[in-house]
Amino acid sequence: MKQRNPKPQGLAYKRLPRRALVLGGLQAAFIGGLAARMRFMQVDQADEYRLLAEENRINVRLIPPTRGRIYDRNGQIIGQNSPSYRIVIVREDAGDIDKVIAKLTDLIPLNEDEIERARTEMRRSAPFLPVTLVDQVTWEDISKVAVNAPALPGVTPEVGQTRQYPRYEDFAHIVGYVGPVSDYDLSQIDDPEPVLRIPRFQIGKVGLEARQEIDLRGKAGSKRVEVNATGRVMRELDRQEGQPGADLQLSVDADLQQYAQARLAGESAAAVVIDCETGDLRAMASAPSFDPNLFVRGISVADYQILTQDKYRPLANKTVQGTYPPGSTFKMVTALAALEAGIVGPGTTVYCPGFLKVGSRRFHCWKRGGHGMVDLNTSLKRSCDVYYYDVALKVGIDKISEMARTLGLGVKHDIPMSAVRAGLAPNQEWKQRTHGEEWLIGDTANASIGQGFMLASPMQLAVMTARIATGRAVSPRLVRSIDGIEQPTGAGEPLGINRTNLDYIREAMWSVSNDRRGTAYRSRIIADDFRMAGKTGTSQVRNITKAERAAGVIRNEDLPWERRDHALFVSFAPYDNPKYAIAVVVEHGGGGSKAAAPVARDIMLQALYGGTPPLEAYPAGDRERIKEQQKRLEGDRRPKARPDEKDRA
Amino acid sequence: MSYLEYAVKSTPSGFRKFLYMNWPLTLLLVSVASAGFLMLYSVAGGSWTPWAEPQMERFGLGLAAMFIIAIVPIWFWRNMSVVAYLGSIVLLIFVELFGTIGMGAQRWIDLGFMRLQPSEVMKVALVMVLAAYYDWLSPQRTSRPLWVLIPVALILIPTFLVLKQPDLGTSILLLAAGGGMMFLAGVHWAYFAAVITAGVGLVVTVFNSRGTEWQLLKDYQFRRIDTFLDPSTDPLGAGYHITQSKIALGSGGWNGRGFMEGTQSRLNFLPEKHTDFIFTTLAEEFGFVGGITLLILYGMILIFCMVTALSSKDRFSSLVTLGIALNFFLFFAVNMSMVMGLAPVVGVPLPMVSYGGSAMLVLMAAFGIVQSAHIHRPR
Repeated sequence: MKQRNPKPQGLAYKRLPRRALVLGGLQAAFIGGLAARMRFMQVDQADEYRLLAEENRINVRLIPPTRGRIYDRNGQIIGQNSPSYRIVIVREDAGDIDKVIAKLTDLIPLNEDEIERARTEMRRSAPFLPVTLVDQVTWEDISKVAVNAPALPGVTPEVGQTRQYPRYEDFAHIVGYVGPVSDYDLSQIDDPEPVLRIPRFQIGKVGLEARQEIDLRGKAGSKRVEVNATGRVMRELDRQEGQPGADLQLSVDADLQQYAQARLAGESAAAVVIDCETGDLRAMASAPSFDPNLFVRGISVADYQILTQDKYRPLANKTVQGTYPPGSTFKMVTALAALEAGIVGPGTTVYCPGFLKVGSRRFHCWKRGGHGMVDLNTSLKRSCDVYYYDVALKVGIDKISEMARTLGLGVKHDIPMSAVRAGLAPNQEWKQRTHGEEWLIGDTANASIGQGFMLASPMQLAVMTARIATGRAVSPRLVRSIDGIEQPTGAGEPLGINRTNLDYIREAMWSVSNDRRGTAYRSRIIADDFRMAGKTGTSQVRNITKAERAAGVIRNEDLPWERRDHALFVSFAPYDNPKYAIAVVVEHGGGGSKAAAPVARDIMLQALYGGTPPLEAYPAGDRERIKEQQKRLEGDRRPKARPDEKDRA
Repeated sequence: MSYLEYAVKSTPSGFRKFLYMNWPLTLLLVSVASAGFLMLYSVAGGSWTPWAEPQMERFGLGLAAMFIIAIVPIWFWRNMSVVAYLGSIVLLIFVELFGTIGMGAQRWIDLGFMRLQPSEVMKVALVMVLAAYYDWLSPQRTSRPLWVLIPVALILIPTFLVLKQPDLGTSILLLAAGGGMMFLAGVHWAYFAAVITAGVGLVVTVFNSRGTEWQLLKDYQFRRIDTFLDPSTDPLGAGYHITQSKIALGSGGWNGRGFMEGTQSRLNFLPEKHTDFIFTTLAEEFGFVGGITLLILYGMILIFCMVTALSSKDRFSSLVTLGIALNFFLFFAVNMSMVMGLAPVVGVPLPMVSYGGSAMLVLMAAFGIVQSAHIHRPR
């Protein structure tokens, strides 16, 4: 190798040291540059930096953004920010903390748990950082502390902002509530914004507040402040304003919501009013409810237990979280599926002897003696079960399930509320997949009258009714505008269901409410412009045994509450030009015509008249009773005086 | 140069090899590492845990590795170069597929007792494979286009894999180290001129891609560049690091605030104070004197490597030693520029000082190769 090519090899050996020296020179120059920079910073500018670091440490403080407010569709305030007072303590200034806290306890009521928590926080943070002792203090207590300031070194009252819900129970389920950021919350968010680390910064925990958190929160500002060695702010150097959260306007009408909530009081029930034209949810009442302000403040264990142990489940939002067998309100779906499949026409009749034998099993009609000859209109009007068993067996479950989905059952409607459930519109494939069993013909019979596996939330039932009323794929909208920007409406495209078939169903629903023999005739609307069309439903939550059937089915009133039937009612009005659709579910309320229909009618009238309706809209026989009821509800709806508000006045 | 030629020359053998090691270099490494232990003790608030003690154990391990590597003849390491390179590529692909997510990027493999960052191993493997390549290549071919393309591919493959992790800092270091190796090997000037021109073009393109669909960097990488250019835009987020780091460094003054007296690090103003920002603590507590001392120690390490390289007549030994020195230089140059506010925060540790096992072990192994070159150099 050496002999073959000596010259170039020599050249390469010469070139390497040369290039190494060039590279070494560059490196030396860079190191020189670093040294120069270090000298510049540490010698020439040292005083400046030391000033920043030592005598006047610069702190960057966050300015928490103002949370966006929440309004109803008419601009009434639903969620707002109100000043809140808290007492903070600076460990370094306080000296003997125990003594100071003892003095403070003499002045104002202090919670043992809170003191303990504050102590741990003080141990962990720097001595010059303020730690909150008590939050949400009344004005009276704040003044006591202010007056006694000289005796309480290191203790200062501070003012901040807290969320406040002036409509109390009415919007608890829709809007939810905020609460201080917890460690758990932080662990759920990757790359949390620094603002979330401000102690007690409030973020949405449940409901709209949680789902629209990013819109509502806004962006934190910051200020650079000079602080002295004890951490006291000497002066503010500059500030960068944050961006307040966006205001939200709901589609809900606060007055109607309040009425619905009051009308449902005393029951475990839900009512949803939806605008047929836009899909706007006008009211979403779930009873019983709770005061969200309790959660903002930090609910006491006792109060929380009352809420969780109540068998009416006040914390559950029954409008979207509660799913119920839709019962007879599902019959429109079965009927439409059959009409669309061309299996029945309006004139097709079925004989109802009170039961239908499917295989070896008898499927009973709710009416013991049967309805005799029944056509489509009569079957809905009088809610004959046998007609639907018969029709459903011909159509098959898959078509029924498909129609249910078309009408918005068994599909999830995405509205910004917590735990929105999809319900269930089962088909053969579903049962095979989840139960590993064949779909039985009996399952079809059960499903045809909205029993068995079928499940729907009140909101879904309202959507279904609105879709039947309009023939369009109306979808619910809860937020009307964000920061003044209108959100898309849920008017929807035509469903593609034959117009005449829909008209048969709507006519039958009209008969339910307005025909003397209709199941909801007693809860009709008299006013000509506002005629209502509806459908009752009663869904069983227990099996009726053969023996019981023979001895006579036990009346609901004689059963314990948990075993009574759910009462349901869906309707739309005005019949000619549908404006609103409503669904009401009264848990274990008994029969749909008795327990749910009157509620739905009252709420519907309230919506149609945009306030208390005239008595003339009611059937003559009911007016006395309604007058009483209106007076009573008016009393309930008067704003309740809260003790803490008086304190702050 | 073959094994036979080694045997002909009189190279030390057996335990005599230790006598022929580059002991001043070893001493320098120990002193830099000791400075690291001291700083880790200080940032932990005067405690050997949780950082200083494990760091010392790892340094011991690294020292042992260095000795073992040093006594193995350099020709063995030259023959291992390709294996090391291919192995690192496999590891890089492995982390791409299975790596643990840390700080938003897939970077390391958990070995139980330590976390192995394949990109660190790659820094040395790349230098080795390029040195071996130019040792093999006959010198008059060095600047022929085809023979330039091969090392370019050798550099770009790992760079691309590291960039995908995504780890912008390390991929730039790989590019720089690889380019430096080609420069040392004597590739014609014109190539470098062309690449630098193209590089400037690329930077312009990357910035223009921002906000478009084909955006070439992640948003956080753009933000880091933004904050670097103007830290005041984000005083709480990324700019916070630079601002606080500069305050700490500058406030150190001529002789610092004293050991364990730095308020910036004491009061937790400094982020990542035990890893990427450890130099600020040193500069705060020991001032300009401390900072410049460390810089001089680093410079001396470079000088000793250079001397070893230039005194060796073996091309592979020279190239690999210079390459490792260049890597080492890039490490501390980028880290110090970063904490002084001269470069964006890219997450490069201070070599031998920052807390972290992977980088230190790899560096010690690399210096083992330098020592091996020193011991086995043909005399």
